[in-house]
Amino acid sequence: MLLAASFLVVSFFDLGAAMPVLSERVKSEIQALLPRYPRKQAVTLPALHLVHDEMRYVSTEAIVEIAALLDLHPSEVQDTMTFYQFFKDKEADKLGTNRVWVCRGLACMLRGAYELIEHCETKLNVHCGHTTKDGKITLEFAECIGACDGAPALLINDVHVMNVDEAGADQLIAELQAK
Amino acid sequence: MNFEPILLARANNPRPASVDAYRTDGGYAAFERVLKEKQPVEVVTQVKDSGLRGRGGAGFPTGLKWTFLPKDHPGPIYLCINADESEPCTYNNRILMEKDPHQVLEGIMLACYAIKSPVAYFYIRYEYGDAYRALQAAIDECYSAGLLGKNIHGTNFSLDIYMHRGAGAYICGEETGLIESLEGKRAWPRIKPPFPAIEGAFRKPTIVNNVETLACVTQIMRRGNDWFKSLGVPPDPKNPRDAGSYGPKLYTIAGHVNTPKCVELPMGITVRDLVEKHGGGVWKGRKVKSVNPGGLSMGFIDVNAKLKDSDLTEYDIPLDFNGPGKVGCLGLGTAAITVIDDQTSMVDVLHNVCQFFSHESCGQCTPCREGTGWMLKITDRLRRGQGRREDLDILVDVADRIGIMPGTTICGLADGAGWPVKTAIRKFRTEFEAAIKDGTRSQYAKSLELVGAH
Repeated sequence: MLLAASFLVVSFFDLGAAMPVLSERVKSEIQALLPRYPRKQAVTLPALHLVHDEMRYVSTEAIVEIAALLDLHPSEVQDTMTFYQFFKDKEADKLGTNRVWVCRGLACMLRGAYELIEHCETKLNVHCGHTTKDGKITLEFAECIGACDGAPALLINDVHVMNVDEAGADQLIAELQAK
Repeated sequence: MNFEPILLARANNPRPASVDAYRTDGGYAAFERVLKEKQPVEVVTQVKDSGLRGRGGAGFPTGLKWTFLPKDHPGPIYLCINADESEPCTYNNRILMEKDPHQVLEGIMLACYAIKSPVAYFYIRYEYGDAYRALQAAIDECYSAGLLGKNIHGTNFSLDIYMHRGAGAYICGEETGLIESLEGKRAWPRIKPPFPAIEGAFRKPTIVNNVETLACVTQIMRRGNDWFKSLGVPPDPKNPRDAGSYGPKLYTIAGHVNTPKCVELPMGITVRDLVEKHGGGVWKGRKVKSVNPGGLSMGFIDVNAKLKDSDLTEYDIPLDFNGPGKVGCLGLGTAAITVIDDQTSMVDVLHNVCQFFSHESCGQCTPCREGTGWMLKITDRLRRGQGRREDLDILVDVADRIGIMPGTTICGLADGAGWPVKTAIRKFRTEFEAAIKDGTRSQYAKSLELVGAH
């Protein structure tokens, strides 16, 4: 059992070494952040963001490479990443070109968020957490995004769009699909 | 009363975001004067004497927190800025960061000078992309202008400010959860003591301050303590433990009002004035039923419930650090009010609240992880019209048992999850009982499948 486990760990690392998946740009951006913190582990979250933005999910191979850059065991990076449901960790769940988060917080709910979420799901023909077939839009619900003065609101990637009615959502979706 | 906003002065009259424009409006003069003329301890003393209490929710006296740092520590000491503003229905920090980032940065510089910190980590929630970019641009400008970096203005004081983005987790607003997240770990709050002032980020003494608190520091050092204490509510003479509620406060108004917005007022405005005068009244000509006075964790008020020995109702409580507590709410919280009109079911509202806390419980402590899940299941049952007679008592029982106050969890998330449940059921019990008796199914019950999607 123990032998089998260590064999797995070895091949885990080999895989990372054999086929690098992080681009040179991402690697150097991760390395540039290291001097900011007294411990390399603190770069975990920024590194995950950089990789997630570029690759649209964080693969096991990418985790191994991030860990190597930060002098961590891959399981430490994996542990942190899975805490934040923010990161997609399977190729099948890869993010679309744009990620649309519809807020379902109380302030938005009181002004029509549930209806808006349902409208977007119907319009895009996907449930929250999934990506349209053409790979353009990943639909998500979000807990309060702090845009309550413009409820119901949504985020396109990390930009707030306020006071979104169904017609407004249709227009936003059309714009994202045309991109 | 005519009150001229101070914290929002530049945000309300959109001024160019540049460092030069900020300087034209008197910006960074306080920092430069302090750098030249004052010892760090003098800044600590002034902020302590100003009576400033933290704006993040707990209301802990800011200057006092700074004095908890060990004396003559060899360093480094860190400042973490808590910009994880994730308390539902709260957005005042976002306005400050997006519209007037330099006011916040000046507060950071002053705080770091006071606590002798060479590095500030600005932990900002991922959802605030525009605020993140506004701040990063402002920080870059400050480096070019010589306001950040090594030996600022030829003094011994050096300071770097680094932006650090979160990844959508409410628990990162808890100060030790924030520190764990900053360190690259799961954002599981730490058992205290030690408090961060003794052992915080990277095992070094650390102060965690909220964005609005730091903006207040800027204005206190610019305008003085007399100005700050001329606003708000002095300590209650009958309560020796009350530290007062001084200064201006950003109140945010959300939900069923005509004009949801962020307003700056002296601490102590009533909920009624905030809704009727500043929020433009309840929308669609309806009446208000309930208000959440300071972020969901604070619980609910029943606007029709009479206060003891008075013609006033809970609608008339002042929003200072003591007001909400007098009507059974947890506290002032983030001073973010959410208005619920008389056409809205409290069952739906409470389900939404439980949905949030169940989603955001970090899972470290069993009572919170399981308790928030149970409360969601029960409120879901209620909104599907399948409520049982004993459900309300079970909800209150769970809500009473989870949290740092009953002593069953490490942090206050569970207290915040329990409070809205307790207050809603205590204050609107007849509505909940009627829903159970009639078996009314919520119009939203069908969208439940969304809950499991994440």
